[in-house]
Amino acid sequence: MTQQASDGSTAIEVVGLTKRYDTVDAISDINFQIKTGEIFGLLGPNGAGKTTTLRILITVLTPTSGSARVHGFDVCQEATKVRRIIGYVPQERAIDRFLSGREHLLLLGDLYHLSKQDTLRRIDEILKLVNLEDKADQRARDYSGGMKRKLDIACGLIPDPKVLFMDEPTLGLDVESRLRIWEHVLGLKERGITVVLTTNYLDEADQLCDRVAIIDEGKVRVIGSPKKLKADLGGDGISLALLESEREIDTLMSSLQALPGIRTVKANGAGLDIRVDTAEAALPRVLETVAKSGHGVDAIDYHRPRLDDVFVAHTGHAFRNEASVNTDG
Amino acid sequence: MADYIQETLALTMRWVTRLSRERFSLLFTLAQPMLFWLILFGSLFQGAVDIRGIDAPNYMSFLAAGVVVMTVLNNGLAGGVDLLFDKENGFLERLLTSPISRSSIIVSRYIFVMGITSMQVVVILLVAYFFGVHPETGFGGVAGTVIIGLLFGIGLTSISMAMAFAVKSHGDFFSVIGFLSLPAIFLSTALVPFDAMPGWMAFLAHLNPMTYAIEAIRSLILVGWALAPLVKVVLVMIAFDALCLYGSVGIFKRNVG
Repeated sequence: MTQQASDGSTAIEVVGLTKRYDTVDAISDINFQIKTGEIFGLLGPNGAGKTTTLRILITVLTPTSGSARVHGFDVCQEATKVRRIIGYVPQERAIDRFLSGREHLLLLGDLYHLSKQDTLRRIDEILKLVNLEDKADQRARDYSGGMKRKLDIACGLIPDPKVLFMDEPTLGLDVESRLRIWEHVLGLKERGITVVLTTNYLDEADQLCDRVAIIDEGKVRVIGSPKKLKADLGGDGISLALLESEREIDTLMSSLQALPGIRTVKANGAGLDIRVDTAEAALPRVLETVAKSGHGVDAIDYHRPRLDDVFVAHTGHAFRNEASVNTDG
Repeated sequence: MADYIQETLALTMRWVTRLSRERFSLLFTLAQPMLFWLILFGSLFQGAVDIRGIDAPNYMSFLAAGVVVMTVLNNGLAGGVDLLFDKENGFLERLLTSPISRSSIIVSRYIFVMGITSMQVVVILLVAYFFGVHPETGFGGVAGTVIIGLLFGIGLTSISMAMAFAVKSHGDFFSVIGFLSLPAIFLSTALVPFDAMPGWMAFLAHLNPMTYAIEAIRSLILVGWALAPLVKVVLVMIAFDALCLYGSVGIFKRNVG
């Protein structure tokens, strides 16, 4: 595999991408750029438009309007050139159960027009990489869910891609397999491969992706690194549940607001939601002020901003997944 | 061109590998027309009825052409099944993201279905030979039979693949196949000649392209190198294939273009 430096050049550029079915926009006016060598996540609930966006990028779906380029090649005009430099790991286990793992890779070698030698060399390397050497000659129908996913990734790596697209790479996997897939993805990044993945797992976006685009109802709501998105949200959150919460709290709220390091104070019916610069610095002052006001505290909770908070802040609603829990493993 | 050959060959070999892994299915596919239609059905009706209009030494030598074309019909109509499964499990999408000519997927399927069908046709004629059906036209007739089978099979396989792409679920696919197959057989001269059919069935049988394939092959087996049925079958098959391809190409383009 070739080493590609993450030199900050643009791997993917998406401009005004829209896909309309009848009168409904599956996605509308999607814009983003992905840098070479980064792990980029399209995060959103099911039906948000992540997969539609991805399917346009991998050249199997034509957009209604807008354009997308992969390393400068237009996904519609120059589809074959795009196909030569991308790998794809589909969401379904797109596996032929009658073939062995190695036979899958041999077939793909021919579809990418590699010489027999190149194919064999690459297969050895990839099988080692995804840790599937022992099982390579078994029929795929005997593979576990995690092994199928590894074979999927191996298939995606046959073209020695500059960009690897992964559709929900850990959907339905057990925790251990998930962590192992994350390791593989990080390993690909080290080799200089740009990884674009869709996910509806907040923690996956948070821990794996360099940057995420939050997509909701077919639109990009915000783009940035998880760290920055959370920092932009403004400090930590403190929730206080007050005893006798029906008591007059306006005075309390304004005296809290006057404290240093406090950003916003909102009443939530049972108490107060307070955003602060750092919880450690603010908490003693907050509790002191509450005690002085004569209110009793029922419960205290504080947390760093999470990606769910970011999602709520930018979409106006909580992150919901109507996904059935038992998606096939 | 070298790329095209490489990818088409690889895709074709995939179908062959799959078939070789399904030993039982292979065995039953091969044996079904022989055992059920030729041997059982043929023997049953050998002495059971004296069918009007049969100009043959025995019923089995009349039936052989019908069994050959029924096999072509069933193989052709089922020709899209594997694409249907590829579509449903996402394998097709994987193929479509690789830098292949889209047509190589379709072409690999034609090669595979036609290859299997030709082998089956030869085996049926061989089994029939042991039951005393000796074609008047010898080996040349066997080749002619295979060619007629291919001509008919191309159109059928096109319909089947187009349907595999067009249907919403594989249940729909199998319902349509099942619905087409038996009427096509009964409304042809596969089992009885025109003279033994009620008028309206004979009329419909004349509109059925399958009839022309059967009549031509039957003439090769029973009569010899008669020109009229051969000219007819070539013309009818060209028209049939043209129609099927015309109907399918648009669907292929939309789905794998």
